[in-house]
Amino acid sequence: MRVHAKRAVALAAGLLLPVTVMADWTMNMSPGVTSTSNQIFTLHMTILWICVAIGVVVFGVMFWSIFAHRKSRGAKPANFHENTLVEVLWTIVPLAILVAMAIPATTTLVEMYDTTESDVDIKITGYQWRWQYEYIDDDFSFFSNMSTPRDQIRNRQAKGEHYLLEVDNPVVIPVGKKVRFLLTANDVIHSWWVPEFGVKKDAIPGFINETWTRVDEPGTYRGQCTELCGKDHGFMPVVVKAVPEEEYNAWVAEQREAAETERQLTEKDWTLDELMERGERAYATACASCHQADGSGMPPAFPALKGSPMALEDMAGHIEIVVNGSPGTSMQAFGNQLSEVDLAAVITYERNAWGNNTGEMVTPKEIFDYKNQQ
Amino acid sequence: MSAVADTHAQDHHHGPAKGISRWLLTTNHKDIGSMYLIFSFAMFLLGGSMAMVIRAELFQPGLQIVEPEFFNQMTTMHGLIMVFGAVMPAFVGLANWMLPLMVGAPDMALPRMNNWSFWLLPCAFLILVSTLFMQGGAPDFGWTFYAPLSTTYGPPSTTFFIFAVHIMGVSSIMGAINVIATILNMRAPGMTLMKMPLFVWTWLITAFLLIAVMPVLAGVVTMMLMDIHFGTSFFDAAGGGDPVLFQHVFWFFGHPEVYIMILPAFGAISHIVAAFSRKPLFGYASMVYAVGAIAVLSFVVWAHHMFTVGMPLAGQLFFMYATLLIAVPTGVKVFNWVTTMFRGSLSFEAPMLFAVAFIILFTIGGFSGLMLAIAPADFQYHDTYFVVAHFHYVLVPGAIFGIFASAYFWLPKWTGHMYDETLAKTHFWLSFIGMNLAFFPMHFLGLAGMPRRIPDYALQFTDFNMISSIGAFMFGATQLLFLFIVVKCARGGEKAPAKPWDGAEGLEWTVPSPAPYHTFSTPPEVK
Repeated sequence: MRVHAKRAVALAAGLLLPVTVMADWTMNMSPGVTSTSNQIFTLHMTILWICVAIGVVVFGVMFWSIFAHRKSRGAKPANFHENTLVEVLWTIVPLAILVAMAIPATTTLVEMYDTTESDVDIKITGYQWRWQYEYIDDDFSFFSNMSTPRDQIRNRQAKGEHYLLEVDNPVVIPVGKKVRFLLTANDVIHSWWVPEFGVKKDAIPGFINETWTRVDEPGTYRGQCTELCGKDHGFMPVVVKAVPEEEYNAWVAEQREAAETERQLTEKDWTLDELMERGERAYATACASCHQADGSGMPPAFPALKGSPMALEDMAGHIEIVVNGSPGTSMQAFGNQLSEVDLAAVITYERNAWGNNTGEMVTPKEIFDYKNQQ
Repeated sequence: MSAVADTHAQDHHHGPAKGISRWLLTTNHKDIGSMYLIFSFAMFLLGGSMAMVIRAELFQPGLQIVEPEFFNQMTTMHGLIMVFGAVMPAFVGLANWMLPLMVGAPDMALPRMNNWSFWLLPCAFLILVSTLFMQGGAPDFGWTFYAPLSTTYGPPSTTFFIFAVHIMGVSSIMGAINVIATILNMRAPGMTLMKMPLFVWTWLITAFLLIAVMPVLAGVVTMMLMDIHFGTSFFDAAGGGDPVLFQHVFWFFGHPEVYIMILPAFGAISHIVAAFSRKPLFGYASMVYAVGAIAVLSFVVWAHHMFTVGMPLAGQLFFMYATLLIAVPTGVKVFNWVTTMFRGSLSFEAPMLFAVAFIILFTIGGFSGLMLAIAPADFQYHDTYFVVAHFHYVLVPGAIFGIFASAYFWLPKWTGHMYDETLAKTHFWLSFIGMNLAFFPMHFLGLAGMPRRIPDYALQFTDFNMISSIGAFMFGATQLLFLFIVVKCARGGEKAPAKPWDGAEGLEWTVPSPAPYHTFSTPPEVK
């Protein structure tokens, strides 16, 4: 049997050799960069060492018995089968250890639940399969999509340093400030996790959950969705950039300006080509994960758009389903997720791409009017 | 099993029927027990092969073998099949075979219902497995099937999944009623409750848990069915429903369920450790009380699966304290087993090897459970591979090793032959090494931040995933050896005496090996 073990180790070592160059043998939780994550780390190490100590005693007695009280060594069995004192002791002592453990855990938990007196409030909404960050006090919001190219996932391209943990628009927070996160979801339950902060909270449709963090160390922190939320659950990372306050203020000003520019774009006169170009990008981030980049979909859950009657003939129905979604299915309402420009661009794109050459075009103004009629 | 049949052919009046009708129509607890065990092993191999698909995909980063949607179907079906198809029926099979023999009864109390509750199972699993071939694929929302992913966003096959769960539930409830009726009414004269073997005690308590929680599971899937087809909004926030309600109802079933999968193993291990230590079990009464305490506490800890859903602080604290409390009776059991071994006269045949591994590895799973109970730390552990490591440590070396230990312990009684000890020991060591290689690195992965249920992962998780996959392949392949050992033992081998283990105690060892088709037609006397 030992031989088998040796073989397994040899096999494992052989297979691992090529990857040990970039090997990462992280075995423990990171203490993180916030007071919460540090307290959690301390609790984690305390309970771990308590378990190790209990394990050493219990397994120690056991291995001693295995070694010394073998029949093959001529051990004669004793006949005891009760001892009230011992039995009471090993009920009371673990109980005392648990109480001792519960006290610091309670203190930490009370602190984690204190979301009052925040400096910045950010509403986070989980979508299949991206995050929306809404800066409530500053009146702008944006989506954060995974930016790892599909080619890397499909092994057609070398994987980058932050494979699966990189996004197009990271959420930015100021260092040294108490940031409150308000979490909800648009479709299914998601969970927002940044290990370095010690923050994990479920984003649940119909609920607003609260949590908070205060980061003192500027840097980029990465996490992932941790509640199974459908096929691309593994591909909705969280990236948080903690920056000094001046930098944060400058970034906020820039975002507000960009939001204003975006609003003005609705008024602009668009050509079909311009809408197609913008539509292709918007389609890639918002639609392609279900309806596929070539519009072929994945029936029956995600119908094909290429050659579909709706994309070819029914313009009104097309606008309605994109803006309002289709209740009871996984087709979401994109009316609040995308700007009027992007909605118009996506619909125009879907009506003209992949051989759906209708030549028809929807302008941002038409979408704006449609939304206002409702 | 032919050995059993042959021996009983001499038994002229009430031998088994011939051909297929013996198995379809049988009301004999031994036949039904065998069918349960064979069925559960088949499901173990099926669920296991799905685990192989999962581990093959996770062998390296990137998508190589399956698409994410199929990956999700594999994790879901693996969980459902292992829980409801492998572990639970295996224990019901052991109960069928052993309970009447242990309490000195001629059969189970309700033999026709026994036949019905078995035959429902293949039907349920035929429906469940057939979803893999349906349009839109099998259920893909995890074995915990959280709404609204399983309702509004579930595949069309969800309805078949609900129907299958209902049938399994009916089967389990009938099985549990049968166990309770047998134990409470059919014990041999003189066998008071506190003289019952521990396997009987743990199964009695398990049966009560089953009757308490299987209807809750039926309720939650029925609410799903209503949401999907009849326009209700139990779990749909858009209609005024509550997705968190789903989790409360599910885990009210789900937590006692995990004890349903381990308590019978506690009982069996108690017999095996005592037998191979050649010493009476230490603290019989405290063992019984501990199992009772675990069962009661299991009803008030469910929300520790939900620490991140945003419960109020008071709820969070209650469930943390209640969960920590469970460690006390569980600790008592482990201390009792170790003290039973202490100053015994130990030998290490296959059942004992599995039993000792059970105690060590289940305790490790218990330790990580204790860590998970600390609510603030759970915010870091929750839904990561740390949790996957934890529950595989309690279920594989817990439930599964418990079943292997029981199987080797009682195989001589079932077949009349000794199994091949060398092969059995090989089976043990390969399983032990494979299992630890597969699941121990998952602790590290979880602590380093790898979420569970993902088909692809960031590069820092590459190495441990590779080791884990190698261990899983090793563990999986080894189980074919078990099949070989059992078949070989059933077909022949060294004749087993009535009591093949010199330290074993109990009525089952007073009947010849193999146990005749009908035993204890007149009840034995227990002093």
